Amino acid sequence: MKTTQQPRTWQHVLFSATTSIFLASAGLLGLAANASAQDSFKVGFVTFLSGGASGPFGVPASQGAKLVVKAINEGTLPAPYDSQGVNGLSLQMVEVDEAGGPTKQVEEYRNLVQRQNVNAVIGYISSGDCLAIAPVAEEMETFTIAFDCGTSRMFEELDSPKYVFRTGLDAVADNVGAARYLAETHGDAKRIAGIQQNYAWGQDSWQDFTLAMEQLMPEAEIVNNQTPQIFQGSYGTEISALQTRRPDIVHSSMWGGDMESFVAQANARGLLSQATALLTTGESGLHRFDGQAPNGTIIGGRGPFGGFMPENDLSEWFSKAYEEEHGIPPSYPASKAAQAILALKYAADNSGADGVPSSEQLAAALKGAEFPSVSGTVNMGLSDGHQAVQPMLYGEYHFEDGKAELRNVKSYPGDCVSAPDGYNAQEWIKAGFPDSSCD
Amino acid sequence: MHLDKTEISLIGVAVATALAAQLSPDWLVFTLTLAISTALVVMGVVMLMRAGLVSFGQGLFYCLGGYAVGLGGRFLGITDALLLIGLGVIVTVAVAMILGLLMTRYREIFFAMLSLAFSMILYGILVKSHGLGSTDGFGVVDWTLLWLESETADGANMALLLAIGLALTIALFLNRYFKSSIGLACEAIRENEVRVEYMGISRQQVLYINYVLAAAVGSVGGSMTALAAGHVDPTLAYWTVSGEFVFIALLGGTGHVAAPFIAALIFTLVRTYAVELAPNAWQMILGIVLLLIILFLPKGIWSLFTRKKGAAS
Repeated sequence: MKTTQQPRTWQHVLFSATTSIFLASAGLLGLAANASAQDSFKVGFVTFLSGGASGPFGVPASQGAKLVVKAINEGTLPAPYDSQGVNGLSLQMVEVDEAGGPTKQVEEYRNLVQRQNVNAVIGYISSGDCLAIAPVAEEMETFTIAFDCGTSRMFEELDSPKYVFRTGLDAVADNVGAARYLAETHGDAKRIAGIQQNYAWGQDSWQDFTLAMEQLMPEAEIVNNQTPQIFQGSYGTEISALQTRRPDIVHSSMWGGDMESFVAQANARGLLSQATALLTTGESGLHRFDGQAPNGTIIGGRGPFGGFMPENDLSEWFSKAYEEEHGIPPSYPASKAAQAILALKYAADNSGADGVPSSEQLAAALKGAEFPSVSGTVNMGLSDGHQAVQPMLYGEYHFEDGKAELRNVKSYPGDCVSAPDGYNAQEWIKAGFPDSSCD
Repeated sequence: MHLDKTEISLIGVAVATALAAQLSPDWLVFTLTLAISTALVVMGVVMLMRAGLVSFGQGLFYCLGGYAVGLGGRFLGITDALLLIGLGVIVTVAVAMILGLLMTRYREIFFAMLSLAFSMILYGILVKSHGLGSTDGFGVVDWTLLWLESETADGANMALLLAIGLALTIALFLNRYFKSSIGLACEAIRENEVRVEYMGISRQQVLYINYVLAAAVGSVGGSMTALAAGHVDPTLAYWTVSGEFVFIALLGGTGHVAAPFIAALIFTLVRTYAVELAPNAWQMILGIVLLLIILFLPKGIWSLFTRKKGAAS
């Protein structure tokens, strides 16, 4: 017994040495981070850098954000953002991976604010993360912009937000816009089917879409909805089930790789020659389908982003700079990330602060503001000035001579697709969109 | 009550941690709270491991505890943290008492897979529950502790003190439990079930009690996580979370009641610094560090302490 219990000293030494080096370096880095002087503005940028959402969303968003941050520090953005830095301070971006679920994100958010001492946080693609982070951001009184997450519950569940903003639209706007586009362009469609990933995003999207369809196309019949698992990848069964129901329109809120695989498989199986697909996040595949989606497929970009960006100085600069650096035009997550960074610059430049603006000053500057962005003018007009109102756009995918483009694009103003303050989004749709104007 | 050496040191460490927390940076207070909550669930895994069973479904009880806090606050209007945690324990024990009848008949891979299956069933049900926010989950109400409000500036500190208090109580109890006849019977079952039966002890009964206790401890961990993080979602029951618990259990070793706490703290700290240092490769850093620990300390981190003792004597 004695011999087997003998400590093997070299292992012990090696282990303790590794541990101490690790702990020491971690401690030093922590100190170094704290020691940096306040002549710069530090922003935490949280997005998926690993996992299924990183490829289509997280990484393009991170690339878009980095591009704008670099241009801000060089002062090369078009007017009115042509001043160097934010409020004259150099902008420093700290990236954090959004993978790991809401509990871990709450922990990392606190670490960003309390350990890394960031002045503001921008991020969050997952709705669950947004719902978990928003109350924490309010509690910690830190200026926070959600750039992509789509849940309409975010501001419904937050009493009088002060520090939390969202510069993108919610999923209600996606699906009300989709129903309006259908009513306008495919008013004769009779049989509507759907396929959604089996999680909150898919369930919410389908609910909002069907509620809106009841109002806008009451004679159309909802014939089927398939709910495959997220990241399932193979949709043979679902496509067969959809085909037997002979739909005219197939609505899908699937995103990223799932959306692209579904389109490729449904096209090969002939589903998309009998029905037109309506993809609420299809824009992220605009330059990736390469003709695998049939011409006429209806795609949206969750607002005036990516291929739907209007022509202005900022969007032209952004598209050109992004394509130069990454070889493809920016997709909607990249534009949305750029928009959130621009919102931060706008808020900082207009905070009237001397030096580093406080969260209160930033929030006051952005609340209810109208700022120019890559997607046109953004009006922070909802949820007491904390939620952006923007038009929702849909268009048809066309692929000719090796080049993809959007045709028959229609734009619906923000008031037409987003519930006004004081309404629960679903109640608003059921009541027939009161107080909305679509002119 | 006579306290033995381990108990005195446990109390000492708990008091020291509580005092040190007053001087610690705020992020550390929160990280520590989560680490302690995780350690409680890991403790349940360790209890089963001592009886030779590996549970890949401890997330089931973690999630039940978390959702009991969330739902109890939202639908029953309970705001007292202790009542919410108690509610979680009651629900969890009820579920574990039913599942235990089946689970205790299985061993090894069959037990592991069955436990995983049950936690994934809960995950599936929650994902399908659109009213509960599906995968988005929902927020936990602002809670109170006896007469104190969590919404005051020191909410994080209060959560930590509550976690330390609960963890100390559970650790003291389990320390005695491991040395009690039933605790020792668990180890005997791991070594040789047939002999245990011949000694006149019902292995079924011992394993059943052990299983239900492990579930209750896991539930407290889940409740504490929900109270601290302020949000619950079905990920709590997902198999990767359960896998993490098993991993932390292996990291700490089953030798001592304090091992899961040390392992959970190391795991959380390594992870949070890896995320900060290498946003694109933090999983790799975490993996390498954990691999090194397992490689050089196959009996877990706790073996560092026992080795020293062995060398001294």
